[in-house]
Amino acid sequence: MSAIHCHQLCKTFTQGDEVITGLDHVDITIEEGEFVCLSGPSGSGKTTLLNAIGGLDTPDSGEIRMGDIRIDQLNRGSLADMRLHHIGFVFQAYNLIPVLSAQENVEFVMQVQGVAAEKRARKSVEILKEVGLQGMEDRRPAHLSGGQQQRVAVARAIVSQPDLVLADEPTANLDSVAADHLMGLFSELNEHHRITFVIATHDKRVMSYARRLIKMQDGKIISDEAQ
Amino acid sequence: MAGFRIHFGTIFILSWRNLWRNHRRTYIMLGAISIGVWAMIFMTALMRGMVDDMLEQGIRNLPGHIQIQHPDFLDDPSVVNSIPEPAGELLVALNQAGAKRWATRIKLPAVIASERESRGINLVGVEPDAEADISGIPAQIGTGRFLTSNQDQGLVIGAKLAQRLETRLGKRVVVMSQDPDNNISERGFRIVGIYRAEMPGLEELNVYAARDTLQKLLKIEGRVSQIIIVGENYRDIDTLYRKVRQSIPASLEIKPWYEIDSYLAAMFNMMDGFVLVWVIIIFLALSFGLVNTLVMAIFERVHEIGLIQALGMRPALIVYQILLESLLLLLIGLGIGNSLAIMTIKPLESGLDISMVAEGMAMMGASSTLYPSLTLYDMVLANTVVVILGILTSILPAWRAAKMDPVQALNTT
Repeated sequence: MSAIHCHQLCKTFTQGDEVITGLDHVDITIEEGEFVCLSGPSGSGKTTLLNAIGGLDTPDSGEIRMGDIRIDQLNRGSLADMRLHHIGFVFQAYNLIPVLSAQENVEFVMQVQGVAAEKRARKSVEILKEVGLQGMEDRRPAHLSGGQQQRVAVARAIVSQPDLVLADEPTANLDSVAADHLMGLFSELNEHHRITFVIATHDKRVMSYARRLIKMQDGKIISDEAQ
Repeated sequence: MAGFRIHFGTIFILSWRNLWRNHRRTYIMLGAISIGVWAMIFMTALMRGMVDDMLEQGIRNLPGHIQIQHPDFLDDPSVVNSIPEPAGELLVALNQAGAKRWATRIKLPAVIASERESRGINLVGVEPDAEADISGIPAQIGTGRFLTSNQDQGLVIGAKLAQRLETRLGKRVVVMSQDPDNNISERGFRIVGIYRAEMPGLEELNVYAARDTLQKLLKIEGRVSQIIIVGENYRDIDTLYRKVRQSIPASLEIKPWYEIDSYLAAMFNMMDGFVLVWVIIIFLALSFGLVNTLVMAIFERVHEIGLIQALGMRPALIVYQILLESLLLLLIGLGIGNSLAIMTIKPLESGLDISMVAEGMAMMGASSTLYPSLTLYDMVLANTVVVILGILTSILPAWRAAKMDPVQALNTT
């Protein structure tokens, strides 16, 4: 899987009688292995762009390509397969499956991928150790702190080494220590495993980790700078 | 299918744990399913027992599971339409076909007269030692005795007929009928037994004498009206019927019970239909609870469904997971319901006294003791209907969950 190309991407939402512009003719290319931050005020279109790239939402018009695949033309099943095999998601609100333990949450994607049980268990234990949750494998989300839950979510997103990780305000509910730890982990994965990261954030500290900063406003890209 | 097998472990864990997220709701639903399944099987066992009793009574009155007779006998049951006693190939077939019992009998209209009254009756000449298995009359003797041999000179009449004739045990009565030459044959008999039938109407109608005694009276030595065959079970007589049919001469007619009495046959055939309708009606009541439970369970998990979609779970797997959740609920409910049914029916199989409503039951041809009949067929039917319809009613909520927009679902708190 290689670069992401968005061409003339448009998306509007209707709220009552009001039409809200989510994306307004967005053109963007993200190369493999990049570490990109999308910044901008609330409603600027960061999350909408992430959702469109991740195949969670379909644009009204325009094209999204991931390598040779036209994401905007895939059906629901194919989009699910693409997300399963190529994309890792980290959401603002930790989004763990409450009935599964930390390790089971991490294993979930690999289970759906059909990875053998032994390999799943080994990889999930390793990754939980890497994110500092050794010994907490059997805890359910309700018995983990916010930071711990977010680390489980990160472990789940990266455990199967996706080509792309899309993170939406990943540090919003974390204290500064946990946020720094998380961003350090993201940087390391980006450098060592060449996983592409696209992170939507308001957080200046998060932006400082990025090597490319894209600013959005009213659904448009207003600046795109390398750092 | 391979994909579904690979994912079964994942899906099973999710389904099982989701089922117990809301214990109270799951227990209430399990209670409803268990009681519903118990009601299906218990009531079916009672109905089956009642209909079995009515059918067995009806078949005893025919009597027999299979009858062989002259082709005109059923239309004109006179002594003219008699047949020879079985011999040769037919006798061998009757002995080797696997019948529980077979016997010959004479049956014809006659008149019985006491010193005060006279009545039209069915005069039945029987082989006494076979009669317990054929009509069950020996067990219904109230006073006196049943006939003891084929040459017994006594007569057994019903209690109601004795009352009508103003006679009693030990008194003599005269029986009159016609021989094959249409001459009146008559002789006096001493009443040696009085029976009380489970169907009171029969007490006035059927009068029993020994077969050889009637042959002599009617001058038809070596001839009988019918050959009666009883199998092990009235439900399963087709093999026996086929075996005997191959050996009977073309001049004779052979009929299974369901061809002789179309009312009994209709009752037998309708029973399975009744059971199915009953099971479906109970399930329809249950299905509202089941669908409501699933809809509530899905409504509470909208965010989570959005999450598993975002993580790459195909819509078909989401349907699979919710259907498996429903199936687990149904299977546990079925397990409890079946166990309850077995525990409550088994102790009643020795008989349930329903004498309070015996008159009404007698009118329908059933006795005053009800024997609930728990059959594997009825249990399998109830379980199959619950599983199939349960899964069908779960498809809509599952499909709606799979069709959720992941972004909207993720934004639902």
